Amino acid sequence: MSTMTWAMADTWVMAKRNLTVWLRVPAYLVFTIVQPTIFTLLFRYVFGGAIHADVPGGYVNYLLPGIIGQTAAFASFATAISLAVEVQKGVVDRMRAMPMARSAFLGGRLLADVVRMTITILVIVGVGYAVGFRFQGGFGRAVAMVALAIVLGAAVCCISATIGLWLKDEESTQAFGMIWMFPLTFVSSAFVPVSSMPGWLQAFAVNQPITHVVNAMRALALGLPLRDDLWLSAVWLTAIFVVFAPLAVRVYKRVS
Amino acid sequence: MSDVAVALEGITKSFGNVEALRGVDLTVPRGSVLGVLGPNGAGKTTAVRILATLLRPTSGKAYVEGHDVVRDPAAVRRTIGLAGQATALVDELTGRENLVMVGRLHHLPKAEAEARAAALLAQFDLVDAADRTAKTYSGGMRRRLDLAASLVGHPKVLFLDEPTTGLDPRSRIAMWDVIRGLVREGTTLLLTTQYLDEADELADNIVVIDRGKVIAEGTSDALKDRVGGDVVAFSVASEAAARAAVDAVANVGDSAPAVAGLDISVAVGARGSEALLDVVRRLDAAGVAVSGLGIRRPSLDDVFLALTGHVAEEESA
Repeated sequence: MSTMTWAMADTWVMAKRNLTVWLRVPAYLVFTIVQPTIFTLLFRYVFGGAIHADVPGGYVNYLLPGIIGQTAAFASFATAISLAVEVQKGVVDRMRAMPMARSAFLGGRLLADVVRMTITILVIVGVGYAVGFRFQGGFGRAVAMVALAIVLGAAVCCISATIGLWLKDEESTQAFGMIWMFPLTFVSSAFVPVSSMPGWLQAFAVNQPITHVVNAMRALALGLPLRDDLWLSAVWLTAIFVVFAPLAVRVYKRVS
Repeated sequence: MSDVAVALEGITKSFGNVEALRGVDLTVPRGSVLGVLGPNGAGKTTAVRILATLLRPTSGKAYVEGHDVVRDPAAVRRTIGLAGQATALVDELTGRENLVMVGRLHHLPKAEAEARAAALLAQFDLVDAADRTAKTYSGGMRRRLDLAASLVGHPKVLFLDEPTTGLDPRSRIAMWDVIRGLVREGTTLLLTTQYLDEADELADNIVVIDRGKVIAEGTSDALKDRVGGDVVAFSVASEAAARAAVDAVANVGDSAPAVAGLDISVAVGARGSEALLDVVRRLDAAGVAVSGLGIRRPSLDDVFLALTGHVAEEESA
């Protein structure tokens, strides 16, 4: 087999390993399935009544793309934690002393996390349907929305991987791995229309990547015009990949 | 190169201003066991990490089975096995799954990876626990599984970084038996340890590292000879008997007898058996009953103290 084929085979072995761990640890299942479900229900029934959103089908239709975007971004927290723990435990050292493809450790992590994230997204869509959410733009656009959410999640995974590998420590990663995602996801169009925020905050909210991606997802889900959001999302996400994927690989190579 | 499995030539490694290794040379003949002995922070683990291609040396050359670790790390990785103090097992996978996964990462076909896992589980006495998750394993079982994982790829050279640190005495001795078995099969072994008795038990040759430098090397016996002399040691039943014994043998040794509780030892230089007879006669004349009387060679603890001026366990990092 060629080097490339081996790299793919090794990546798959590592992804399977990570997914098996995920399935066997109840806490991880809670994080990836129960927590987003609770979030969906809270926003739908507790905050939802107070938030006015001018989209077809009302707030539940506004909320679902937002909560899916936020969940996809938050899913990468597990990426950061797992990587920090595996560096700390010496797993990375052992893997690097083996004749496996060097890319497989990070690649396997990313692949497993994308699979995990996809499952989470489908669960939220299911919960959403139970509480009144409906896709309005047809099947193709629904699939495109899910795909965009996955790309967002994968991009944020690259940032989180860099952070986890850089901190190399479970406790610090618990503290700093996700904190930056709160302003990014909440000060966006994910849960409330940006127009309800004070002007100085709007300036940030309107121009940050989560807003563009969530707006594009919402337009896809609800059959609304896409305006500039899709290509702006593409620019942002590409930029994140271009900067952080090589950075994560670099930090991984130097980590000890 | 033909009979040398591992060689370090003038290896230095600095981390910022900290010089972890300051010019280390060592060789391991094929099929032999080298014990690298030193306290915490001496540089043992750094040396192993360089040999395992995990760290680049600051200067110097390192070869494993003739492959340069810097220029051809991929060839080195195909040749070596690494097992260490931090057991790199996946806790949520069973023992068998862990080994099969490592086999797959060594590019064994599925059936072969499974057969190899089964063979190793049998070899390391883990058959009963094979299908339990690794997190249910005891410390000794984890080390054995970790060691088994390092052998999946049939390494020619095995690096064991402090394989028994933190194990209880019984598991340690079981681990020693496992390691001796590997050596009988012809694996070249480089073993780091901070336990002097471990190097004594397992290694053909010993290198003593302190503060990033090799301060002594040779066989266990040769190192002990550097401390010089034998010790006549015995035990008595009471403190009164101890006092009587010390008086009786006061003039036999090179220095005053050493008393540790009811254990008494007399350093007798090269006059081993002659001095032993002398001690027996004097104790008999003084009417002191003793047990466990014999000549012992100095321990590696004595060696380390003589070489470095400090006790091995004293220094930490």
